[in-house]
Amino acid sequence: MSRFLSFLVTSGLAAVTATAVAFAQTKPIPQAPRDLGIGRVATPEEIAGWDIDVRPDGVGLPVGKGTVKAGEALYVERCAACHGEFGESAGRWPILSGGEGTLSGHDPVKSIGSYWPYASTVIDYVRRAMPYGNAQSLTNDELYAVTAYVLSLSDIIKDENFELNEKNFTSLKLPNEPNFFDDDRETSEKAFWKKEPCMTNCVSESAKVVGRARALDVTPEEGKGPKVE
Amino acid sequence: MVDNPDDPRFASRRAFLRSGLVASGAAALGGSLPARAETVGNPANLPPNVPDWSRFLGEGVGVRAYGKPSQHEANVIRRDVEWLTASRESSVSFTPLHELDGPITPNGLCFERHHGGIAEVNPTDYRLMLHGLVEKPLIFTLDDIKRMPRVNRAYFCECAANSGMEWRGAQLNGCQFTHGMIHSVMYTGVPLKILLEQAGVKPNAKWLLLEGGDAAAMTRSLPLQKALEDTLVAYRMNGEMLRPENGYPVRMVVPGWEANMWVKWIRRIEVGDQPWHHREETSKYTDLLEGGKARRFTYVMDAKSVITNPSPQAPLNHKRGFTVLAGLAWSGRGKVQRVDVSLDGGRNWQAARLDGPVWDKALTRFYYEFDWDGRELLLQSRAMDETGYVQPTKAELRQVRGVNSIYHNNGIQTWHVRSSGEVENVEVS
Ligand code: HEC
Repeated sequence: MSRFLSFLVTSGLAAVTATAVAFAQTKPIPQAPRDLGIGRVATPEEIAGWDIDVRPDGVGLPVGKGTVKAGEALYVERCAACHGEFGESAGRWPILSGGEGTLSGHDPVKSIGSYWPYASTVIDYVRRAMPYGNAQSLTNDELYAVTAYVLSLSDIIKDENFELNEKNFTSLKLPNEPNFFDDDRETSEKAFWKKEPCMTNCVSESAKVVGRARALDVTPEEGKGPKVE
Repeated sequence: MVDNPDDPRFASRRAFLRSGLVASGAAALGGSLPARAETVGNPANLPPNVPDWSRFLGEGVGVRAYGKPSQHEANVIRRDVEWLTASRESSVSFTPLHELDGPITPNGLCFERHHGGIAEVNPTDYRLMLHGLVEKPLIFTLDDIKRMPRVNRAYFCECAANSGMEWRGAQLNGCQFTHGMIHSVMYTGVPLKILLEQAGVKPNAKWLLLEGGDAAAMTRSLPLQKALEDTLVAYRMNGEMLRPENGYPVRMVVPGWEANMWVKWIRRIEVGDQPWHHREETSKYTDLLEGGKARRFTYVMDAKSVITNPSPQAPLNHKRGFTVLAGLAWSGRGKVQRVDVSLDGGRNWQAARLDGPVWDKALTRFYYEFDWDGRELLLQSRAMDETGYVQPTKAELRQVRGVNSIYHNNGIQTWHVRSSGEVENVEVS
């Protein structure tokens, strides 16, 4: 090894590591006057056009109604091509139903019925994002009908004549709600705050390769990629 | 001129560049240097000859009004994994980490994740609505936002599903695919706190809803505390306006937290008193643990690192001799304090050298220089942040989380380097 190399490897680098400069980028936020006089008041009409969110307690539910039966026709026409007639998915599009009892197994299937905690998430999401490629196109009545049908696919609603509306919506409960809990990593994974990690002879026997990416061979090939002009 | 990577001429030229190793030359240089292979394209360009580019005038200014990388770098692109998703409009492309250096990601290479394709927002018609539990609901134009006091901050942005395909074992052979759902750029933007002050937040406010203007109208609930702390409403990345695929003209920057919260094309912020439990924080971005329970609101990205060079897409072609391992480390809890590197699959560790700025919640570059004797290597890197959190091994992580959580896989990555210099993504005991 050349003198230069051995210097780098044995001494120099350690010293640089120890003194690596940390640059602060959290200088105090500029003190703006509370009122900059920038922006204008949003009108109630403007807000109403964009304020489409729905919460589990029913806040934000639009006024409307629709039955499971009415929803079925709509679903077959506008949703089934991707999500399957019974929410089982056509091809690789997301499933909407099934998977009950699989969450603790090796192959968990997360659907509205098996995983989602709140029914309000269904109506909120379909309202903002579905049908895929033609979002925000359903009328409020269509929205209630198709939501009722989607929930019936997971047996959340059992009667096909049931009419879902903004008044009875919050009576719907999804079974998996109790199985969610807030982030607790700082206590449950406290062991990862080690302070002084092991540096030498951390494992007694030498390392053995126990798995290889190549065994699966699913990596896109080099040279293959989107066109660049 | 061949600058299209799909062009067969390009492919063969690359192959030639890679395999065209000549072991001559070195011997003539004498005893001080070991025999070494040199890559040769066209011998007419090499000394003692004078190449064309040294003789004839090149293109003048203005021909490249917006500059692009050299045609020889056409392989340095975002790539996607076709089998991963049903539709390109709700999918992901990955940053080519193995082709980059330093702590900053070039704009055109920042990974993409869209849920309804790229929204092409006309800046003249861009509006940001701020309403809910406020004294005065407001609407801002882009010009309004650009007139406000602004700050410059570099932050990493990592998808919670980065490395998500690796929970059950080594799967994808390349750090672009295993770790490429991350980028780190310098944002220019307005602290969200300043915007909220304009509207006047009511005392019972606790949460915000962030909503995108794309065809997925992406939403996430953000705790008010984070909004007041360091969240930005950003419109520039690395100096220029955001790229459409990264949220042009305005996106949220939520430092240290999972990228899904960094809502792009932000159109609306609603102030409320409880979380909304929307699709992206229930069906998705919740971490299913062993036993069937699921953790939610797991915002912070734990400390993590990866060796970017060598890695499966960037083999050690020089076979032996002086070798630089290069990598990236980051933590959603603050600054990277230290990175250790192992050459033997985690038995022994040496401190790496952090180089360049070590910013809070940003990508930090590290290097480890050593003399490679051509032995097989099992390379690992281990990040530690300023809170004392040490990046766990994959085994440690699986022990507490199982293998079903998809998100937040920050386990230590292993690359197997063969004597030939070839590198593979592996798991070790
Ligand atoms: C062209 C295909 C297509 C059609 C038609 C379609 N969807 Fe979807 N749907 C998708 C895709 C793709 C996603 C996931 C989008 C993403 O990744 O963010 C999705 C997601 C969903 C989800 C959330 C699934 C989950 O597990 O998070 C629901 C619920 C849903 N769609 C309901 C509907 C309803 C109701 C309709 C009809 C009104 C509909 N979809 C029509 C493609 C489609």
